[in-house]
Amino acid sequence: MEKSAVFNRSKLLPYALLAPQLIITFVFFYWPASQAVLQSFKREDAFGLVSEFVGLENYQALFAQPEYYKAMLVTLVFSTLVAGLSLSIALLFASQADKNLKAAQAYKTFMIWPYAVAPAVAGVLWFFIFHPSLGTLARPLRGLGLDWNPLLNGNHAMTLVVMSAVWKQIAYNFLFFLAGLQSIPKSVIEAGAIDGAGPMRRFWTIIFPLLSPTTFFLLVVNIVYVFFDTFGIIDAVTGGGPAGATTTMVYKVYADGRLGGDLGGSAAQSVVLMVIVVALTAVQFKYVERKVQY
Amino acid sequence: MVEHRPWNDIIAYAILTLGVFIVAFPVYVAVIASTHDAATVVGGRMPLSPGGHALENYYRAVFVGGSRTAPEPVGQLLLNSFISAIGIAVGKICISILSAYAVVYFRFPFRKTAFWIIFVTLMLPVEVRIYPTYKVVADLRMLDTYAGLILPLIASATGTLLFRQFFMTVPDELLEASRIDGAGPFRFFWDTLLPLSVTTISALFVIQFIYGWNQYLWPLLITTQDSMQTIVTGIKKMLVTTDELAEWQLAMATAVLAMLPPVAVVIFMQRLFVRGLVETEK
Repeated sequence: MEKSAVFNRSKLLPYALLAPQLIITFVFFYWPASQAVLQSFKREDAFGLVSEFVGLENYQALFAQPEYYKAMLVTLVFSTLVAGLSLSIALLFASQADKNLKAAQAYKTFMIWPYAVAPAVAGVLWFFIFHPSLGTLARPLRGLGLDWNPLLNGNHAMTLVVMSAVWKQIAYNFLFFLAGLQSIPKSVIEAGAIDGAGPMRRFWTIIFPLLSPTTFFLLVVNIVYVFFDTFGIIDAVTGGGPAGATTTMVYKVYADGRLGGDLGGSAAQSVVLMVIVVALTAVQFKYVERKVQY
Repeated sequence: MVEHRPWNDIIAYAILTLGVFIVAFPVYVAVIASTHDAATVVGGRMPLSPGGHALENYYRAVFVGGSRTAPEPVGQLLLNSFISAIGIAVGKICISILSAYAVVYFRFPFRKTAFWIIFVTLMLPVEVRIYPTYKVVADLRMLDTYAGLILPLIASATGTLLFRQFFMTVPDELLEASRIDGAGPFRFFWDTLLPLSVTTISALFVIQFIYGWNQYLWPLLITTQDSMQTIVTGIKKMLVTTDELAEWQLAMATAVLAMLPPVAVVIFMQRLFVRGLVETEK
């Protein structure tokens, strides 16, 4: 799509208009990203004084590390749980709110505000509720005979991080699911009803298939969310522990490079992540029909 | 007509009310914790009704600071958060509306290239290039400055794409008409395009304000002085200590303060928020 009416005589002005964004993009985006790629082929000492070209050594070292495979597994489990749970819970709520209820608008307001809570703050809130010694809900859990301790037990830590991440993401998914549901023509659903399909049958045979573009779009968005935005949650709740049980791939980039530790290894991990994100984005642009009507 | 069954509505109300309860519960507990004294909170038997220490806790959090762990009063951190969130939102809007104007309303060599250079930045969030970006900011001597908190986060394509999309819907006749009136690129932008863009600008502002306010990793990396932290990174520092020493009632008061501005924006500017959220994803 192109404009037919444009300013033709200005030769320098467009470059001047683009300059601020291009300069910032080059300084804070392309330059650091290319440095990350370069650095992944180098080894540097802790003070950044000596650096030598080591080829693929950083990558070899990375893929020889059992911890890296563990981080991949943690990321996989974490994203599957968060995306699966937050999508299904949000769809349940959205399909109820779509039922022409008088209070639908009020429910919507009450559902979407957690979007505004920072991931790190969401993590702190859930950590407080489930804190092993002072958490409001930790005592009842212990009363049920469960030795609840997310500070020591990896599975408990993962559960807590997943809960915080799901809690925060429901708002976003709810909003898009509700928009998707409201854009389905009522006539299709009425036709189903006339043919004798009950509410459940209508949902699974008519509504759910028609909603699939929204679902797929949300799936990609949720995976990107789990990869990157949950950093704050993990850092606030578990700091990647206990014993790496909640160290995702992004968290490992941060943890390995911290205080000038293994910068080469950290950069190699950055490059692997970049490849994953580019692949995800390509999938999103190729297959996702972005026709979510609001 | 779809059949109407009363029990169906009752189930819907029940599920939604349960949902609202789950969604609100963690925040409710935080608000309650911020009204009790330290002993009650740490004791592990905190009641679920408000205590009488709200004023004291909030006063201490904002103006005095914690006695043991986080000596920096939150007042300063709130100010930092406001400055950086508004800086990120305004900065992004300014650079992206200008670049979108250039890409849509001008024809010049490398126009497509410029667009793609900006477009690619969509794909790589700051998390995957943190240390090299940190190094650039350190070399530019921007650690512990507002510029360092703001500038690296405004390099992104969302705004440009959004404005480009909006400009494409503006009828060509408007440009032709104002050219007949003798308007050049500046007058057309200022008198015609900018007034038409007010809703788009506001929607983008709302989304970017929330995005900027909620940043965590970046402020954590580039601030070394306590007085330059944002409120979101400040909470974590209050809790980095042994559990018995952490002043949870102050941390929870801080958490409530950290949530208040962006949540208020979502609730009171819901229409703009929803619009911005849906449009930036397109």
